Amino acid sequence: MLLATPPDTLVQARARRSLRPGRPLRLGFLYGPLLLVAAWAAGSATGLLDPRFLSAPWTVVTTTGELIANGRLQDNLASSVQRVGLGLAFGIPAGTLLALASGLSRWGEALIDGPVQIKRAVPALALMPLLILWLGIGEGMKITVIALGVVVPIYIHTHNGLRSIDGRYVELAETVELSRAAFIRKVVLPGALPGFLLGMRFAVTTAWLFLVVAELINSTSGIGYMMDLARTYGQTDVILVGIVLYGLLGLFSDAAVRLVERRALSWRRTLAG
Amino acid sequence: MATDTGRLTAAAVRIHGLTRSYGERVILDALDLEIPAGEFVALLGQSGSGKSTLLRALAGLDYDVAGTGRVEVPEQVSVVFQDARLLPWQRVLDNVILGLDGAEAKGRASLAEVGLGGRERAWPNELSGGEQQRVALARSLVREPRLLLADEPFGALDALTRLKMHALLRRLYEQHRPAVLLVTHDVDEAIALADRILVLTHGRIAAEQRLDGGRTHSEIRSELLRALGVRGETR
Repeated sequence: MLLATPPDTLVQARARRSLRPGRPLRLGFLYGPLLLVAAWAAGSATGLLDPRFLSAPWTVVTTTGELIANGRLQDNLASSVQRVGLGLAFGIPAGTLLALASGLSRWGEALIDGPVQIKRAVPALALMPLLILWLGIGEGMKITVIALGVVVPIYIHTHNGLRSIDGRYVELAETVELSRAAFIRKVVLPGALPGFLLGMRFAVTTAWLFLVVAELINSTSGIGYMMDLARTYGQTDVILVGIVLYGLLGLFSDAAVRLVERRALSWRRTLAG
Repeated sequence: MATDTGRLTAAAVRIHGLTRSYGERVILDALDLEIPAGEFVALLGQSGSGKSTLLRALAGLDYDVAGTGRVEVPEQVSVVFQDARLLPWQRVLDNVILGLDGAEAKGRASLAEVGLGGRERAWPNELSGGEQQRVALARSLVREPRLLLADEPFGALDALTRLKMHALLRRLYEQHRPAVLLVTHDVDEAIALADRILVLTHGRIAAEQRLDGGRTHSEIRSELLRALGVRGETR
């Protein structure tokens, strides 16, 4: 007699566990910072944080209200934003042009890449004494410090993006006999755009960083100046307003660049998209 | 090489004594070849036989390779690569008319001809592999080439799509009549498409078959396979 073999058992088909990061969260970039603020508030409310060292979030809020009421915040913010804006306005085109010149010709690379790498290795603060001697302590010096800081990430990432353009596209451009200008416009710039935008994200945060350096040293206006003054009077709440402001400005400039990134790179289908 | 001067007068390709080598290794060995205007030629060969090197020499893409010989090609040459090679950041229509000014209407017509009318605004990533290769065909034809070079253009496609693409390429060829040099390692593809089939071995043309109805396809096929060094093949 034959042994009865068990019939093939079927199981309910299930949806596979997805290995992708999942659907994008609404305003997801705010979650982490909000958690940090919540911990800070809890610390202040329970008395774990001494207000002489760190003011409570609500004190910071009321101080912000006062600073807005007497107009100091707006004035200082306007000076700071103007410096960063001008620093970016000079630094971004300069970094992009250097990256193009260095990426498109061997001579350009030989002449440009070395100095930029050296500039990258020298801390920005080390250049300050020289810049002050050359340019004085006025706006020109501050904007130059920011612009020099911005040039580096823009250059590095644009150059890298440019160099990683697929050689097959270059070959295609040769077979359809693109002019040099059309080659740059249709192949090089769009191909380097992801790198450039990554550089932009570093550049905007770098710009705020160098602003602090420039403003803390010698200023009569700006958020850094406001904070330095508060240090002499021991006003931790005003210092915190400055820190939070810097943080928010950095965060929102980064979010702005990311928004541009999503629009400009809509042709990409990636893990995150 | 036998040339057919009676049927077609003008030559689209004239190669004389073409030699190419990478270091010690000779890829093309004093090769002579003439393709009359409007003829569809398939070039068969095993991997490393020099097929792609020959095609790249004709496309002018071998500026960094050492060699001698004379290559004459028409002014207007188009290339179709194995990958569709569309710029992912340009929409389909912009890919077709890449480098041509004010050719939008022609580009649209060309897309319609390959059956992709209405997809002008799509991103290349949104198309299937076969559709991408059809865009590549449109891009090469919109330039009205007198010579079309195709380097295993259907190698990456599935069998069914490949058959459809064969029909499409043959139809486009009959309408536009460029000279075609199709590089392939697929004997059946060569028989299905070409008027003349060349077998490249060790950098020289070792065999030639004309599909003018004299012999059956299976006879031609087995002769080609023998020239390619395939024995005992049953299929």
